[in-house]
Amino acid sequence: MAKRERPVDVVLVGFGWTAAIIAQELTDAGVQVLALERGEFRDTVPDFATDTIQDELRYAVRKQIFESPERETLTFRNSADQTALPMRHLGSFLPAAGVGGAGVHWNGQCWRFLPQDFEIRTHTEQRYGRKFIPESMNLQDWGVTYDELEPHYDRFEYLCGVSGTAGNIGGVKQAGGNPFEGARKRGYPLPPLKRCASTVLFDKAAREAGFDPFPCPAANASKPYRNPLGVQMGQCTYCGYCEWFGCGNYSKASPQTTILPVLLKKANFSYRTRCNVTRVNTDNTGKRATGVTYVDVDGNEIEQPAGMVVLCAFAQHNVHLLLLSKIGTPYDPTTGRGVVGRNYAYQITSSVDVFQKEILNPFMGAGALGQGVDNFNGDNFDHGPLGFIGGGYIALWNTGGRPILQHYLPKDAPTWGSGWKKVMHDNYLTATSIATHGSVMSYRSNYLDLDPTWRDDYGNPLLRLTFDFQPNEHAMSDYLTDQATKIAQAIPDATHHVKKRDGHYSIVPYQTTHNTGGAAMGADPTTSVVNRYLQSWDVPNLFVMGASVFPQNAGYNPTGTVGALTFWAAEAMKRYLKNPGPLVSA
Amino acid sequence: MSMRDSERGKGHGHRGGPTRTSRRTFLKSVVAATPALGLLGCGPRHGSAQARTPVYFTPDEATFIDAATQRLIPADDLGGGANEAGITTFIDLQLAGAYGRAERWYMQGPWPHGIDQQGFQLKYTPAQIYRDAIGRVEAHCRQQHGKPFAQLDPAHQDDLLHALEKGEVDLGDIPAKTFFAMLWQNTQEGYLADPAYSGNRDFAGWKLIGFPGPRYNYVEDIGKFGRPYEAPFVSLVGRDPSAYLRGES
Repeated sequence: MAKRERPVDVVLVGFGWTAAIIAQELTDAGVQVLALERGEFRDTVPDFATDTIQDELRYAVRKQIFESPERETLTFRNSADQTALPMRHLGSFLPAAGVGGAGVHWNGQCWRFLPQDFEIRTHTEQRYGRKFIPESMNLQDWGVTYDELEPHYDRFEYLCGVSGTAGNIGGVKQAGGNPFEGARKRGYPLPPLKRCASTVLFDKAAREAGFDPFPCPAANASKPYRNPLGVQMGQCTYCGYCEWFGCGNYSKASPQTTILPVLLKKANFSYRTRCNVTRVNTDNTGKRATGVTYVDVDGNEIEQPAGMVVLCAFAQHNVHLLLLSKIGTPYDPTTGRGVVGRNYAYQITSSVDVFQKEILNPFMGAGALGQGVDNFNGDNFDHGPLGFIGGGYIALWNTGGRPILQHYLPKDAPTWGSGWKKVMHDNYLTATSIATHGSVMSYRSNYLDLDPTWRDDYGNPLLRLTFDFQPNEHAMSDYLTDQATKIAQAIPDATHHVKKRDGHYSIVPYQTTHNTGGAAMGADPTTSVVNRYLQSWDVPNLFVMGASVFPQNAGYNPTGTVGALTFWAAEAMKRYLKNPGPLVSA
Repeated sequence: MSMRDSERGKGHGHRGGPTRTSRRTFLKSVVAATPALGLLGCGPRHGSAQARTPVYFTPDEATFIDAATQRLIPADDLGGGANEAGITTFIDLQLAGAYGRAERWYMQGPWPHGIDQQGFQLKYTPAQIYRDAIGRVEAHCRQQHGKPFAQLDPAHQDDLLHALEKGEVDLGDIPAKTFFAMLWQNTQEGYLADPAYSGNRDFAGWKLIGFPGPRYNYVEDIGKFGRPYEAPFVSLVGRDPSAYLRGES
């Protein structure tokens, strides 16, 4: 029999970004909140201290800062006619385990999605007609608008101390910012990061190519910053160890550097680590969550009763829990019916590596030190003659110059031997790379369900991912790569290595940890798992956070939108706690 | 229910590098994670990597790795090669530790063959792959040339490495491409990782490319466009990692 813990008002599954925000908001509202985290407690000191964290082999290559697939992974195949096989070690994406979640090891690239992204079906039908949308594409509006989310984007950016240059304040275009962005109420809390040699090269070349470059928004503090919770952050020192590392300098926004110093002192908040939640429990009606069951570090199964449950785990883990808990109707790809696991999407990326003469010192960098253009994101350009939906940003990010994984070699360079030594010697300090970061739409054939064969350490079926890039995404990404090449060509005395994203999706090479969907939000319960407030249609005292609710993925890194949606949902939860019940009638 | 924690003590306490408690516990932690203590008191560090007793490799395996990695990263006009950089020791210690045992990998069967996009699907750990593959490569050398890999002339060694890279040698269960990719990846790691891990000796790899080591503050320097950064090379264990690894600092 499972041991039973004392009931709490709200239990959070996971203790990363979304859990920290929800916990801070709901404890302020006076309820008792408990977070259950499967990983370890981690904090800036001692875990991310600068004399230990700058270890590329340990953290980035051996992946010790991420989740370990040893006990729990997923299986993967490109299409339903293949047998999915376990992802035996991490590759394409790098979810976290441990307090702070992926908020510890992200780069801090903190974007807002475009207003049209949230109403993409309505917008696409109006501009291009219904027939423009491929039959296999599950293109969906989000059920929430940019204008509704704007105050919540603002809250997240001010929480994080985002550095940037506004492009549109109250509908008035601002010089030097992103001219395509949605209107914001006020500018960023901090000015942009310093420029480095490579971002200056990009800026000049992008202008010559006729585009509109701007400093990318960075949750790396350009100056010392005290956030609205009174938490102090330090100026970024450009040490080049952001992504795949914790920040030792209190400069990169994470739960640890923005919320936890306040949250952890609260009497009505607690957390437990090394607790792996395996079920959301429901009562005999199946319409009310009664809490969760987890397995603790000693292998004991423990029941945690709660008045409300919030899934704050990484995207696909939330979906896995819903499927294991039999909450919501699982998606059936043969009929197209059902919702849990539907609308899985990702990101499609490519790059153009640039080899030129000037010394760039790539190791002086920051995770979100970048210059970008948004001319080809969303519907900022006419898709009519192009025939595809979506877009992405093009940017030069100088995240660092870590030697094992961050060196660039010319096309057809020798892969080993003295020739390899020579190209490493000749190019490390002077090469750079322009990235494209494209949207991925949702399709009938891309989904998550439970694997029939492989199991995790707790005896549960692994999650099964069925995913491939579709022709729409390849066409979009190729177009984006062509535009990036135009920028590369405007850099003087340079040669290029164009790396298109060809062929099938592969789980092997790292691309992005921007896994989205599976528990889509929306206005229609037949095509979404949660309503516009991220509340389960089936179980009103269950909420689902994170990128798992994205109906499809836009051409930006997701964290800014995840943060905004979390603040938006927290407001709704406060209303729910005063007056429990569905916040939207189905 | 299988809980591996109980078998391993602390399931998440993976070792093999400078730890968060103190960089000075680094060496101890490596040794703690290895089955045999072959690291301390092993004499002066001059000479080839074979000078120290391998922890995981047999002497013959270490000889093969010395020879193969020295072709992958040769000594030439641009500086020393893999042997001078201590890469055999680096790989040996990696295979003796958590990586060699695939501690963080999902290793539950069944084990059907997959397609390239599905990635690694072998039931062997990196340590097992090296042992099995080296034995088969050496058997191939003896059959084709009548001597072990290390005694072939460099041109023949390169030919064989190219054949492995292209998957043209039969290594039984282990695709030659997989072994070559792992060997080349680990060789690069040994050349470019922090010298605290016993490779990249005397900052050989970082000197070749111009990476100054993990430094903390570039606030002023990042604005000096086009200028080389000139500061002493530094490791997580200080400016003289070799002395540190000998226990002298």
